[in-house]
Amino acid sequence: MEISTQIGILLNSSVLSIQLFFLTLLFSLPLGLVIAIGRMSKYKIISIPVKIYQVIMRGTPLLLQLIFVYYIMNSILKDYGIIIQRFPAAVIAFVLNYAAYFSEIYRGGIESMPQGQYEAAKTLGYTRSQTFVRIIFPQVIKRILPPMCNEFMTLVKDTSLAQVIAVSEIFYNANSIASTTYTFTPIFIAGVIYLLMNFIVQRCFDFAEKKLNYYR
Amino acid sequence: MSILDVKNIKKSFDQLAVLKDISFSVNEGEVVAIIGPSGSGKSTLLRCITQLERADEGEITLCGLEMCKSVNSKSVYSSHEVLHKIQLSCGLVFQNFHLFPHYSVLKNVMDAQIHVLKQSKPKAKQIALDFLDKMGLSDKADAYPCQLSGGQQQRVSIARALALNPKILFFDEPTSALDPELTGEILKVIKELAKENMTMVIVTHEMSFARDVADKVIFMDDGYIVEEGDPREVINNPKSERTKQFLKRFSGEE
Repeated sequence: MEISTQIGILLNSSVLSIQLFFLTLLFSLPLGLVIAIGRMSKYKIISIPVKIYQVIMRGTPLLLQLIFVYYIMNSILKDYGIIIQRFPAAVIAFVLNYAAYFSEIYRGGIESMPQGQYEAAKTLGYTRSQTFVRIIFPQVIKRILPPMCNEFMTLVKDTSLAQVIAVSEIFYNANSIASTTYTFTPIFIAGVIYLLMNFIVQRCFDFAEKKLNYYR
Repeated sequence: MSILDVKNIKKSFDQLAVLKDISFSVNEGEVVAIIGPSGSGKSTLLRCITQLERADEGEITLCGLEMCKSVNSKSVYSSHEVLHKIQLSCGLVFQNFHLFPHYSVLKNVMDAQIHVLKQSKPKAKQIALDFLDKMGLSDKADAYPCQLSGGQQQRVSIARALALNPKILFFDEPTSALDPELTGEILKVIKELAKENMTMVIVTHEMSFARDVADKVIFMDDGYIVEEGDPREVINNPKSERTKQFLKRFSGEE
Protein backbone atom coordinates (compact mmCIF):
# COMPACT_ATOMS: atom_id res chain seq x y z
CA MET A 1 0.00 0.00 0.00
CA GLU A 2 1.28 3.45 -0.98
CA ILE A 3 2.38 5.64 1.91
CA SER A 4 0.17 8.44 0.59
CA THR A 5 -2.82 6.09 0.73
CA GLN A 6 -1.91 5.20 4.30
CA ILE A 7 -1.64 8.86 5.23
CA GLY A 8 -4.99 9.46 3.55
CA ILE A 9 -6.72 6.74 5.54
CA LEU A 10 -5.20 7.87 8.81
CA LEU A 11 -6.02 11.54 8.22
CA ASN A 12 -9.56 10.51 7.38
CA SER A 13 -9.89 8.55 10.59
CA SER A 14 -8.40 11.42 12.56
CA VAL A 15 -11.70 13.22 11.99
CA LEU A 16 -13.34 10.68 14.28
CA SER A 17 -10.57 11.13 16.89
CA ILE A 18 -11.02 14.89 16.75
CA GLN A 19 -14.79 14.52 17.11
CA LEU A 20 -14.25 12.32 20.14
CA PHE A 21 -11.86 14.92 21.55
CA PHE A 22 -14.24 17.84 21.16
CA LEU A 23 -17.38 16.00 22.24
CA THR A 24 -15.58 14.84 25.37
CA LEU A 25 -14.56 18.41 26.20
CA LEU A 26 -17.99 19.80 25.38
CA PHE A 27 -19.65 17.64 28.02
CA SER A 28 -16.92 16.92 30.54
CA LEU A 29 -15.80 20.51 31.11
CA PRO A 30 -19.21 21.66 32.42
CA LEU A 31 -19.87 18.32 34.12
CA GLY A 32 -16.50 18.57 35.85
CA LEU A 33 -17.45 21.95 37.28
CA VAL A 34 -20.72 20.57 38.62
CA ILE A 35 -18.84 17.67 40.20
CA ALA A 36 -16.27 20.04 41.71
CA ILE A 37 -19.05 22.08 43.30
CA GLY A 38 -20.67 18.90 44.58
CA ARG A 39 -17.35 17.74 45.99
CA MET A 40 -17.00 21.00 47.93
CA SER A 41 -20.54 20.82 49.28
CA LYS A 42 -20.82 20.99 53.03
CA TYR A 43 -23.59 18.40 52.83
CA LYS A 44 -22.12 14.92 53.14
CA ILE A 45 -25.06 13.42 51.27
CA ILE A 46 -23.72 15.23 48.20
CA SER A 47 -19.97 15.28 48.77
CA ILE A 48 -19.52 11.61 49.68
CA PRO A 49 -21.22 10.11 46.59
CA VAL A 50 -19.22 12.56 44.49
CA LYS A 51 -16.01 11.41 46.16
CA ILE A 52 -16.89 7.77 45.46
CA TYR A 53 -17.55 8.65 41.83
CA GLN A 54 -14.14 10.32 41.58
CA VAL A 55 -12.38 7.36 43.17
CA ILE A 56 -13.95 4.92 40.73
CA MET A 57 -13.39 7.07 37.65
CA ARG A 58 -9.83 7.99 38.51
CA GLY A 59 -8.97 4.67 40.08
CA THR A 60 -9.84 2.33 37.24
CA PRO A 61 -8.40 2.26 33.71
CA LEU A 62 -10.22 4.22 31.05
CA LEU A 63 -9.79 1.14 28.87
CA LEU A 64 -11.88 -0.82 31.34
CA GLN A 65 -14.49 1.94 31.51
CA LEU A 66 -14.82 1.89 27.72
CA ILE A 67 -15.42 -1.84 27.80
CA PHE A 68 -17.83 -1.45 30.66
CA VAL A 69 -19.96 1.21 28.94
CA TYR A 70 -20.00 -0.54 25.59
CA TYR A 71 -20.26 -4.26 26.40
CA ILE A 72 -21.67 -4.44 29.91
CA MET A 73 -24.08 -1.51 29.68
CA ASN A 74 -25.30 -2.80 26.34
CA SER A 75 -25.89 -6.28 27.66
CA ILE A 76 -27.92 -4.82 30.54
CA LEU A 77 -29.82 -2.31 28.42
CA LYS A 78 -30.49 -4.84 25.68
CA ASP A 79 -33.44 -6.14 27.70
CA TYR A 80 -34.99 -2.69 27.53
CA GLY A 81 -34.43 -2.45 23.80
CA ILE A 82 -31.70 0.19 24.12
CA ILE A 83 -28.46 -0.16 22.18
CA ILE A 84 -25.52 2.20 22.62
CA GLN A 85 -23.48 2.47 19.43
CA ARG A 86 -19.68 2.31 19.55
CA PHE A 87 -18.97 5.99 19.12
CA PRO A 88 -21.56 7.29 21.61
CA ALA A 89 -20.35 4.64 24.07
CA ALA A 90 -16.82 5.97 23.70
CA VAL A 91 -18.03 9.55 24.23
CA ILE A 92 -19.94 8.54 27.38
CA ALA A 93 -16.94 6.75 28.86
CA PHE A 94 -14.56 9.59 28.03
CA VAL A 95 -16.91 12.24 29.43
CA LEU A 96 -17.45 10.36 32.70
CA ASN A 97 -13.71 9.75 33.08
CA TYR A 98 -12.46 13.19 32.14
CA ALA A 99 -15.11 15.03 34.16
CA ALA A 100 -13.67 13.34 37.26
CA TYR A 101 -10.18 14.66 36.48
CA PHE A 102 -11.40 18.12 35.47
CA SER A 103 -13.43 18.39 38.66
CA GLU A 104 -10.31 18.08 40.79
CA ILE A 105 -8.52 20.68 38.70
CA TYR A 106 -11.45 23.06 39.12
CA ARG A 107 -11.52 22.36 42.84
CA GLY A 108 -7.83 23.08 43.18
CA GLY A 109 -8.33 26.37 41.36
CA ILE A 110 -11.40 27.38 43.32
CA GLU A 111 -9.86 26.53 46.68
CA SER A 112 -6.70 28.46 45.86
CA MET A 113 -8.67 31.70 45.58
CA PRO A 114 -7.98 34.04 48.49
CA GLN A 115 -10.84 34.46 50.97
CA GLY A 116 -10.56 38.23 50.57
CA GLN A 117 -12.08 38.05 47.10
CA TYR A 118 -15.23 36.44 48.50
CA GLU A 119 -15.35 38.94 51.36
CA ALA A 120 -14.90 41.96 49.11
CA ALA A 121 -17.67 40.67 46.84
CA LYS A 122 -19.97 40.06 49.79
CA THR A 123 -19.52 43.52 51.25
CA LEU A 124 -20.23 45.00 47.81
CA GLY A 125 -23.55 43.16 47.77
CA TYR A 126 -22.85 40.51 45.14
CA THR A 127 -24.96 37.39 45.56
CA ARG A 128 -23.17 34.08 45.93
CA SER A 129 -23.78 33.09 42.34
CA GLN A 130 -22.72 36.51 41.05
CA THR A 131 -19.57 36.24 43.13
CA PHE A 132 -18.76 32.90 41.57
CA VAL A 133 -19.56 33.86 38.00
CA ARG A 134 -18.12 37.38 37.97
CA ILE A 135 -15.28 37.31 40.49
CA ILE A 136 -14.10 33.81 41.30
CA PHE A 137 -14.46 31.69 38.17
CA PRO A 138 -12.75 34.08 35.72
CA GLN A 139 -9.70 34.08 37.99
CA VAL A 140 -9.88 30.31 38.43
CA ILE A 141 -9.59 29.83 34.65
CA LYS A 142 -6.25 31.60 34.61
CA ARG A 143 -4.96 29.50 37.50
CA ILE A 144 -5.97 26.15 36.03
CA LEU A 145 -4.66 26.63 32.50
CA PRO A 146 -1.40 24.69 33.01
CA PRO A 147 -3.00 21.55 34.51
CA MET A 148 -5.83 21.81 31.97
CA CYS A 149 -3.30 21.82 29.14
CA ASN A 150 -1.90 18.59 30.57
CA GLU A 151 -5.31 16.97 30.55
CA PHE A 152 -6.17 18.15 27.05
CA MET A 153 -2.94 16.69 25.70
CA THR A 154 -3.54 13.43 27.51
CA LEU A 155 -7.04 13.35 26.06
CA VAL A 156 -5.69 13.68 22.52
CA LYS A 157 -3.56 10.59 23.08
CA ASP A 158 -6.25 8.76 25.07
CA THR A 159 -8.67 8.88 22.13
CA SER A 160 -6.57 5.98 20.80
CA LEU A 161 -8.04 3.82 23.57
CA ALA A 162 -11.40 3.90 21.81
CA GLN A 163 -10.03 1.21 19.48
CA VAL A 164 -10.77 -1.31 22.22
CA ILE A 165 -14.45 -1.04 21.34
CA ALA A 166 -13.62 -0.88 17.63
CA VAL A 167 -14.21 2.81 17.12
CA SER A 168 -12.51 3.50 13.83
CA GLU A 169 -10.17 6.22 15.06
CA ILE A 170 -6.55 6.84 14.05
CA PHE A 171 -4.85 4.11 15.99
CA TYR A 172 -7.45 1.49 15.13
CA ASN A 173 -6.72 2.07 11.47
CA ALA A 174 -2.98 2.35 11.94
CA ASN A 175 -2.99 -1.04 13.63
CA SER A 176 -5.05 -2.69 10.97
CA ILE A 177 -2.92 -1.29 8.14
CA ALA A 178 0.21 -2.35 9.99
CA SER A 179 -1.01 -5.91 10.36
CA THR A 180 -1.99 -6.22 6.70
CA THR A 181 1.14 -4.57 5.27
CA TYR A 182 3.62 -5.95 7.81
CA THR A 183 5.22 -2.46 8.27
CA PHE A 184 5.48 0.01 11.08
CA THR A 185 5.00 3.03 8.84
CA PRO A 186 1.30 3.53 9.69
CA ILE A 187 2.13 3.45 13.42
CA PHE A 188 4.78 6.07 12.82
CA ILE A 189 2.38 8.21 10.77
CA ALA A 190 -0.23 7.93 13.55
CA GLY A 191 2.39 9.16 16.02
CA VAL A 192 3.08 12.19 13.85
CA ILE A 193 -0.64 12.99 13.64
CA TYR A 194 -1.01 12.84 17.45
CA LEU A 195 2.06 15.00 17.83
CA LEU A 196 0.67 17.51 15.38
CA MET A 197 -2.67 17.68 17.18
CA ASN A 198 -0.97 18.20 20.52
CA PHE A 199 1.24 20.86 19.02
CA ILE A 200 -1.94 22.75 18.16
CA VAL A 201 -3.37 22.16 21.65
CA GLN A 202 -0.16 23.50 23.17
CA ARG A 203 -0.26 26.58 20.96
CA CYS A 204 -3.87 27.28 21.92
CA PHE A 205 -2.98 27.16 25.60
CA ASP A 206 0.07 29.35 25.06
CA PHE A 207 -2.21 31.84 23.39
CA ALA A 208 -4.77 31.71 26.20
CA GLU A 209 -2.10 32.13 28.86
CA LYS A 210 -0.67 35.10 27.03
CA LYS A 211 -4.13 36.55 26.65
CA LEU A 212 -4.79 36.27 30.41
CA ASN A 213 -1.40 37.63 31.30
CA TYR A 214 -2.71 41.18 31.58
CA TYR A 215 -3.09 40.76 35.34
CA ARG A 216 -1.35 38.91 38.11
CA MET B 1 -29.38 60.52 65.15
CA SER B 2 -27.74 57.18 65.61
CA ILE B 3 -27.07 55.22 62.46
CA LEU B 4 -25.36 52.22 64.06
CA ASP B 5 -26.30 50.61 67.34
CA VAL B 6 -24.38 47.69 68.71
CA LYS B 7 -25.66 46.14 71.92
CA ASN B 8 -23.97 43.48 74.04
CA ILE B 9 -22.24 41.74 71.16
CA LYS B 10 -20.46 38.51 71.99
CA LYS B 11 -18.48 36.38 69.60
CA SER B 12 -16.31 33.32 70.11
CA PHE B 13 -14.27 31.20 67.73
CA ASP B 14 -14.53 27.68 69.11
CA GLN B 15 -13.47 28.14 72.74
CA LEU B 16 -11.80 31.50 72.22
CA ALA B 17 -13.99 34.43 73.25
CA VAL B 18 -13.00 37.36 71.05
CA LEU B 19 -15.80 39.82 71.74
CA LYS B 20 -17.03 39.61 75.29
CA ASP B 21 -19.61 42.34 75.65
CA ILE B 22 -19.48 45.20 73.21
CA SER B 23 -21.96 48.06 73.06
CA PHE B 24 -21.57 51.35 71.28
CA SER B 25 -23.35 53.56 68.81
CA VAL B 26 -22.40 55.83 65.96
CA ASN B 27 -24.30 58.96 65.00
CA GLU B 28 -24.85 60.15 61.48
CA GLY B 29 -21.87 62.14 60.22
CA GLU B 30 -19.69 60.94 63.05
CA VAL B 31 -16.17 59.57 62.64
CA VAL B 32 -15.31 56.88 65.16
CA ALA B 33 -11.83 55.49 65.57
CA ILE B 34 -11.36 52.10 67.20
CA ILE B 35 -7.91 51.59 68.68
CA GLY B 36 -6.35 48.90 70.79
CA PRO B 37 -3.72 46.18 70.81
CA SER B 38 -3.68 43.35 68.27
CA GLY B 39 -6.00 40.54 69.23
CA SER B 40 -8.29 42.87 71.16
CA GLY B 41 -11.19 42.08 68.82
CA LYS B 42 -11.31 45.30 66.77
CA SER B 43 -11.34 43.60 63.40
CA THR B 44 -13.76 40.91 64.54
CA LEU B 45 -16.12 43.63 65.72
CA LEU B 46 -15.96 45.30 62.32
CA ARG B 47 -16.45 41.96 60.60
CA CYS B 48 -19.56 41.28 62.69
CA ILE B 49 -21.04 44.65 61.81
CA THR B 50 -20.29 44.20 58.10
CA GLN B 51 -21.72 40.64 58.14
CA LEU B 52 -18.48 38.84 57.39
CA GLU B 53 -18.95 37.08 60.73
CA ARG B 54 -22.06 36.37 62.72
CA ALA B 55 -22.31 37.47 66.33
CA ASP B 56 -23.23 34.77 68.85
CA GLU B 57 -25.14 37.12 71.08
CA GLY B 58 -26.35 40.68 71.03
CA GLU B 59 -28.10 43.14 68.76
CA ILE B 60 -26.98 45.19 65.80
CA THR B 61 -29.10 47.86 64.15
CA LEU B 62 -27.84 49.70 61.08
CA CYS B 63 -29.62 52.60 59.38
CA GLY B 64 -32.82 51.75 61.23
CA LEU B 65 -32.78 48.16 60.03
CA GLU B 66 -32.39 45.34 62.48
CA MET B 67 -29.55 43.00 61.50
CA CYS B 68 -29.87 40.76 64.52
CA LYS B 69 -31.56 40.74 67.87
CA SER B 70 -31.02 38.76 71.00
CA VAL B 71 -33.48 35.99 71.75
CA ASN B 72 -32.71 33.80 74.77
CA SER B 73 -29.17 35.21 74.70
CA LYS B 74 -28.63 34.09 71.09
CA SER B 75 -28.38 36.42 68.12
CA VAL B 76 -31.23 35.84 65.70
CA TYR B 77 -30.59 37.28 62.27
CA SER B 78 -33.14 39.00 60.08
CA SER B 79 -34.32 37.70 56.72
CA HIS B 80 -31.99 37.48 53.76
CA GLU B 81 -33.64 40.51 52.12
CA VAL B 82 -33.14 42.74 55.15
CA LEU B 83 -29.54 41.60 55.54
CA HIS B 84 -28.86 42.36 51.88
CA LYS B 85 -30.37 45.81 52.28
CA ILE B 86 -28.18 46.45 55.31
CA GLN B 87 -25.17 45.16 53.40
CA LEU B 88 -25.78 47.72 50.69
CA SER B 89 -25.97 50.58 53.17
CA CYS B 90 -22.48 49.94 54.47
CA GLY B 91 -19.12 49.82 52.76
CA LEU B 92 -15.93 48.16 53.96
CA VAL B 93 -12.35 49.01 53.10
CA PHE B 94 -9.91 46.18 53.81
CA GLN B 95 -6.37 46.24 55.06
CA ASN B 96 -5.23 44.36 51.95
CA PHE B 97 -7.54 46.18 49.50
CA HIS B 98 -8.96 43.00 47.93
CA LEU B 99 -9.45 44.58 44.54
CA PHE B 100 -10.58 42.28 41.75
CA PRO B 101 -7.31 41.70 39.86
CA HIS B 102 -8.94 40.61 36.60
CA TYR B 103 -10.90 43.85 36.27
CA SER B 104 -9.51 47.23 35.30
CA VAL B 105 -9.61 50.00 37.89
CA LEU B 106 -12.68 51.45 36.21
CA LYS B 107 -14.46 48.11 36.13
CA ASN B 108 -13.63 47.47 39.78
CA VAL B 109 -15.56 50.62 40.62
CA MET B 110 -18.32 50.09 38.04
CA ASP B 111 -19.13 46.42 38.24
CA ALA B 112 -21.06 46.25 41.52
CA GLN B 113 -23.04 49.35 40.55
CA ILE B 114 -24.21 47.59 37.41
CA HIS B 115 -24.75 44.09 38.76
CA VAL B 116 -25.81 44.82 42.32
CA LEU B 117 -27.54 48.21 42.15
CA LYS B 118 -28.72 47.60 38.54
CA GLN B 119 -27.40 50.98 37.56
CA SER B 120 -27.24 51.73 33.84
CA LYS B 121 -23.78 51.39 32.31
CA PRO B 122 -23.23 55.05 31.31
CA LYS B 123 -24.42 56.23 34.74
CA ALA B 124 -22.19 53.71 36.52
CA LYS B 125 -19.24 54.80 34.42
CA GLN B 126 -19.88 58.44 35.20
CA ILE B 127 -20.10 57.76 38.93
CA ALA B 128 -16.98 55.59 38.81
CA LEU B 129 -14.99 58.25 36.94
CA ASP B 130 -16.16 60.93 39.38
CA PHE B 131 -14.96 58.95 42.37
CA LEU B 132 -11.68 58.01 40.70
CA ASP B 133 -11.18 61.68 39.95
CA LYS B 134 -11.88 62.51 43.57
CA MET B 135 -9.26 59.94 44.60
CA GLY B 136 -6.79 61.52 42.16
CA LEU B 137 -6.78 58.45 39.95
CA SER B 138 -8.48 59.61 36.74
CA ASP B 139 -5.42 58.65 34.73
CA LYS B 140 -5.46 55.11 36.14
CA ALA B 141 -8.98 54.15 35.05
CA ASP B 142 -7.72 51.69 32.43
CA ALA B 143 -4.88 50.28 34.52
CA TYR B 144 -5.10 46.96 36.33
CA PRO B 145 -4.71 46.72 40.10
CA CYS B 146 -1.34 44.94 39.79
CA GLN B 147 0.05 48.01 38.03
CA LEU B 148 -0.74 50.32 40.96
CA SER B 149 1.09 51.12 44.18
CA GLY B 150 -0.46 50.02 47.47
CA GLY B 151 -1.72 53.53 48.18
CA GLN B 152 -3.32 53.77 44.76
CA GLN B 153 -4.92 50.35 45.19
CA GLN B 154 -6.33 51.39 48.53
CA ARG B 155 -7.76 54.55 46.99
CA VAL B 156 -9.39 52.46 44.27
CA SER B 157 -10.93 50.26 46.93
CA ILE B 158 -12.28 53.36 48.71
CA ALA B 159 -13.73 54.57 45.41
CA ARG B 160 -15.24 51.11 44.85
CA ALA B 161 -16.97 51.27 48.24
CA LEU B 162 -18.12 54.88 47.80
CA ALA B 163 -19.55 54.21 44.34
CA LEU B 164 -22.36 52.19 45.94
CA ASN B 165 -23.34 55.25 47.95
CA PRO B 166 -23.09 53.67 51.41
CA LYS B 167 -24.52 55.44 54.42
CA ILE B 168 -21.64 54.34 56.58
CA LEU B 169 -18.12 53.35 55.67
CA PHE B 170 -15.92 50.98 57.67
CA PHE B 171 -12.15 50.83 57.46
CA ASP B 172 -10.26 47.81 58.75
CA GLU B 173 -6.71 49.06 59.35
CA PRO B 174 -6.66 50.76 55.95
CA THR B 175 -3.01 51.80 56.19
CA SER B 176 -1.40 48.80 57.89
CA ALA B 177 -0.15 47.34 54.61
CA LEU B 178 1.35 50.65 53.48
CA ASP B 179 4.60 52.51 54.08
CA PRO B 180 4.44 55.87 55.92
CA GLU B 181 4.36 57.91 52.73
CA LEU B 182 1.46 55.97 51.23
CA THR B 183 -0.25 55.97 54.63
CA GLY B 184 -0.34 59.76 54.39
CA GLU B 185 -2.13 59.50 51.02
CA ILE B 186 -4.90 57.39 52.49
CA LEU B 187 -5.28 59.42 55.68
CA LYS B 188 -5.67 62.53 53.56
CA VAL B 189 -8.50 60.87 51.63
CA ILE B 190 -10.23 59.84 54.86
CA LYS B 191 -9.87 63.37 56.22
CA GLU B 192 -11.52 64.69 53.06
CA LEU B 193 -14.40 62.29 53.53
CA ALA B 194 -14.74 63.37 57.15
CA LYS B 195 -15.05 66.98 56.01
CA GLU B 196 -17.93 65.92 53.78
CA ASN B 197 -19.65 64.41 56.82
CA MET B 198 -19.28 60.82 55.73
CA THR B 199 -20.11 58.52 58.64
CA MET B 200 -17.06 56.36 59.23
CA VAL B 201 -15.79 53.74 61.65
CA ILE B 202 -12.05 53.26 61.40
CA VAL B 203 -9.98 50.57 63.02
CA THR B 204 -6.50 52.06 63.11
CA HIS B 205 -3.10 52.09 64.73
CA GLU B 206 -2.48 55.70 63.68
CA MET B 207 -2.96 57.45 67.00
CA SER B 208 -2.31 61.02 65.90
CA PHE B 209 -4.65 60.49 62.98
CA ALA B 210 -7.37 59.14 65.27
CA ARG B 211 -6.93 62.14 67.50
CA ASP B 212 -7.13 64.64 64.64
CA VAL B 213 -9.95 63.18 62.61
CA ALA B 214 -12.22 61.19 64.90
CA ASP B 215 -15.15 62.64 66.80
CA LYS B 216 -14.97 59.69 69.13
CA VAL B 217 -12.32 57.16 70.03
CA ILE B 218 -13.02 53.69 71.33
CA PHE B 219 -10.21 51.82 73.05
CA MET B 220 -10.66 48.05 73.03
CA ASP B 221 -8.76 45.43 74.92
CA ASP B 222 -9.37 41.72 75.37
CA GLY B 223 -12.85 41.79 73.88
CA TYR B 224 -14.14 44.73 75.87
CA ILE B 225 -14.43 48.46 75.30
CA VAL B 226 -12.17 49.82 78.01
CA GLU B 227 -12.60 53.49 77.33
CA GLU B 228 -14.48 55.66 74.89
CA GLY B 229 -15.00 59.34 74.37
CA ASP B 230 -13.50 62.52 72.99
CA PRO B 231 -10.27 61.65 71.13
CA ARG B 232 -8.13 64.27 72.86
CA GLU B 233 -9.36 63.06 76.23
CA VAL B 234 -8.84 59.38 75.52
CA ILE B 235 -5.50 59.73 73.75
CA ASN B 236 -3.96 62.57 75.77
CA ASN B 237 -5.47 61.88 79.20
CA PRO B 238 -6.57 58.27 79.31
CA LYS B 239 -8.34 57.29 82.50
CA SER B 240 -7.85 53.54 82.56
CA GLU B 241 -4.50 52.01 83.37
CA ARG B 242 -4.71 49.69 80.37
CA THR B 243 -5.21 52.58 77.97
CA LYS B 244 -2.31 54.51 79.50
CA GLN B 245 -0.06 51.49 79.18
CA PHE B 246 -1.05 50.96 75.53
CA LEU B 247 -0.69 54.59 74.53
CA LYS B 248 2.72 54.96 76.20
CA ARG B 249 4.17 52.81 73.44
CA PHE B 250 2.88 55.19 70.82
CA SER B 251 4.07 58.41 72.45
CA GLY B 252 7.50 57.98 70.90
CA GLU B 253 5.98 58.09 67.42
CA GLU B 254 4.97 61.74 67.56
